[in-house]
Amino acid sequence: MNGWLKDREHLARMAVIFAGALVLFLVVRAVMVPNGFGTYGHFRSGALKDNASHPLSYAGRQACGDCHDDIVASRKGSKHERIGCEACHGPLSVHADDPDKMKPVLPDAKTICLTCHLENVTKPKSFPQIDPAEHGDGGPCTSCHNPHHPEIS
Amino acid sequence: MDSDRREFMKIAGAYVVLTGAASLAWNHIVAGEPEKAPGYDLSGHWWAMTIDIDKCIGCGNCVRACKAENGVLLEPDCFRTWVERYHVHPEDPEHPQVDSPNGGYDGFKEKYKPGDGSKNFFVPKMCNHCAHSPCVQVCPVGATFESPDGVVLVDKTYCLGCRYCVQACPYGCRYIDPRTETVDKCSLCYHRITKGLTTACCETCPTGARKLGDLKDPKDPIHDFLKEHMIHVLKPEMATGAKAYYNDLDGSVR
Repeated sequence: MNGWLKDREHLARMAVIFAGALVLFLVVRAVMVPNGFGTYGHFRSGALKDNASHPLSYAGRQACGDCHDDIVASRKGSKHERIGCEACHGPLSVHADDPDKMKPVLPDAKTICLTCHLENVTKPKSFPQIDPAEHGDGGPCTSCHNPHHPEIS
Repeated sequence: MDSDRREFMKIAGAYVVLTGAASLAWNHIVAGEPEKAPGYDLSGHWWAMTIDIDKCIGCGNCVRACKAENGVLLEPDCFRTWVERYHVHPEDPEHPQVDSPNGGYDGFKEKYKPGDGSKNFFVPKMCNHCAHSPCVQVCPVGATFESPDGVVLVDKTYCLGCRYCVQACPYGCRYIDPRTETVDKCSLCYHRITKGLTTACCETCPTGARKLGDLKDPKDPIHDFLKEHMIHVLKPEMATGAKAYYNDLDGSVR
């Protein structure tokens, strides 16, 4: 036996310990780090799906127009043409999925119009605003204006 | 000598087996399943928002729609978007009077008198979906991140609720949801935009003051909007790469 062989035994033992530690590290890492972490960056790629799978409340105007094309047509050329239906009618994805499951409630014309059109110094000057004490006869706006086409010809 | 060789072969064999197992484990780790919404090209979009101050009437539709769409608590300190009212004396733009009663959820009651020589306007605020987001940089666990399509999102299953990001956001766009003790913020309605819909706030904005835009879509009208208007972002000195582009933003806005 010379010195070299004795050293070899030590080296082999070190190599085994090193390899064991590496395996332990990789196993711990595999358990601790969630699947998909690092695919797109320093985050779990499944979080994209989590965020994208949130349920809808607002169906979007396209879905409304699929059935209510007469209303879409009646709004053509009006100042309200480009307003989303659910801006006044509220979130209606449940109604869009199954019209029988939920019926939209007609907005209160005495308050809903004033949400936008009540006079306020902070609003842009070009935006049509009214003081309900001076404008109209105190009745609902809909007695004179059609909310889908508010211009009075 | 024979026994030494046998011993060496044993050790070498063990080494080979162990490294083989290690490389298999390593392959398992690096092979993450790319997860995306069906029919949605993650690399084909770069989302941004344009906000036209000249068109905002402070109706609060966006605030109400955001809370309804995203199940945000109705508490007055939980907002993913809110609207601020600015009251500026033109000769003192450094000291604007700013208020945001309940984030603008109930609209704005008249507070100032017309003709007092002041300048008044509304400023809708939301996450700027920064390209170099300070909130992402400080997250210690990778629970908040910039998605490949340009949206700053939160991984709720991974968030510790440490609040570093709440402090790091220069725009105050984050809050802690008391129900989960995790952070919450505007997700740019990621569940809507990945399905081809616009955000809840844009869907319900009656004047079109807010518009979602895709900077990677050459046909998107956002390009014309950015070209034809005087555009500013909030706190450009922070170099956050903010993607909420404001038209006609007054210098007094913080």
